[in-house]
Amino acid sequence: MTAPVVCFDAVHRWFGAQHVLRGLSFRIEPGQVYALLGRNGAGKTTALRILLGFLQPLAGKATVLGQDCTDLQPEQRGRIGYVGEEHKLYPTMTVATAIAFEAATRPSFRSDFALAAAKQCGLRSSQRVPFLSRGQRAQLSLILAVASAPELLICDDPALGLDVVMRREFLDVMIDLLSDTGCSVLFSSHFLTDVERVADHIGILHEGSLLVDATLDDLKRRVRRCIWQPNEGKQPPASEHVLRVGARRGGFELTLLDAPEALFQELTDSGELSTPTAPSLEDLFLDLTGPAQPGILREPIENFLRAAGESR
Amino acid sequence: MIIRIDPASPEPLFEQVVFAVKTAVAKGSAKEGDKLPSVRELARELAINPNTVVRAYEVLERDSVIVRRQGAGCFLTGRGSDLAGVERKRQMHDLLRRAATESFHLGFTPKEIERALQKCLDELQFDTKRKKA
Repeated sequence: MTAPVVCFDAVHRWFGAQHVLRGLSFRIEPGQVYALLGRNGAGKTTALRILLGFLQPLAGKATVLGQDCTDLQPEQRGRIGYVGEEHKLYPTMTVATAIAFEAATRPSFRSDFALAAAKQCGLRSSQRVPFLSRGQRAQLSLILAVASAPELLICDDPALGLDVVMRREFLDVMIDLLSDTGCSVLFSSHFLTDVERVADHIGILHEGSLLVDATLDDLKRRVRRCIWQPNEGKQPPASEHVLRVGARRGGFELTLLDAPEALFQELTDSGELSTPTAPSLEDLFLDLTGPAQPGILREPIENFLRAAGESR
Repeated sequence: MIIRIDPASPEPLFEQVVFAVKTAVAKGSAKEGDKLPSVRELARELAINPNTVVRAYEVLERDSVIVRRQGAGCFLTGRGSDLAGVERKRQMHDLLRRAATESFHLGFTPKEIERALQKCLDELQFDTKRKKA
């Protein structure tokens, strides 16, 4: 088995009394595209900042490219591309000088690639950074990160504030990078349609730890959602295949994992059952991280991570 | 060859790509010797992860729908599935039984289901002179 590119092992982080990461654990294998999802304030940015060595974990351990994140050397940093949330670029620079500056700091930087990509995105080399739009700054940041052919690309909510066309162009650059180099990608995003396109692994971060850590194909194939209106007095079956029970007008909303035919039969016999469907990522996200409705049993969610992880 | 996918569909993306290629062959809109787009091209066209395309092409190659020629790309073989006869029959049987069961639960009679299947076959315009694999 090859060494993981990224490994979080029970990482905790407090800010004062605020316990932001509560035992975060996950790993990214080489070539994987991992999407870290979560509501605002769930701890996504904190996790990425720990990974890049900008923050220290207060308990647990995080490694990237085999190196402890608290002790990253220039050699490892050179193999990581990072696109931050704010797309920080020096305001005195132009597109061309930003590219030249980055080229001088990284030996593997491909200047001709960066210039060509910038041109393709409609960026003129004489344009000055303060006069770039938010979307153009995002594009330039991505081009700078990608041009050094990183082994690991980390993007913190890269699509934030971009219009649909810009988001697609951003995806295109990422897809080309994946085609050319087969690098690993870790990105956080709120655009679940983009995530469904490019991610092969999903982590849903909630209150400092992962509720879901599974491949997207697994989620589509093994998870089913249905509505069940039981006969008088019946309660949902206590089965390990029932991940979540939501209260609903006249019945329950069930989220099931690897449900056997017998369970569907049991539900059909004791009430009315809607056709089970695979949940969209958005459904799943809302189910798991949305405001708890009365009647929800949150406990079985713990099964999810364990059960979903078994298939790996 | 038209390959389209729906990222929000409950079906895994690589299976959608596999099915799109198989559909194109069944419909006759793609034929033996046709070249498939490169992984990079198709990933870009569909705006999906290139790894997904690689996986789909692997499945198609395993099912003998396409053949990979080193350095030249992937081509349609024009053959159907190379799976052993019994296995092919079993797979077809499974698929049809599922469709029939679902249709029955939607409240259709066996006669109506039969007519609907015939209509599907007519729409697809299979090549009736197709050689037995």
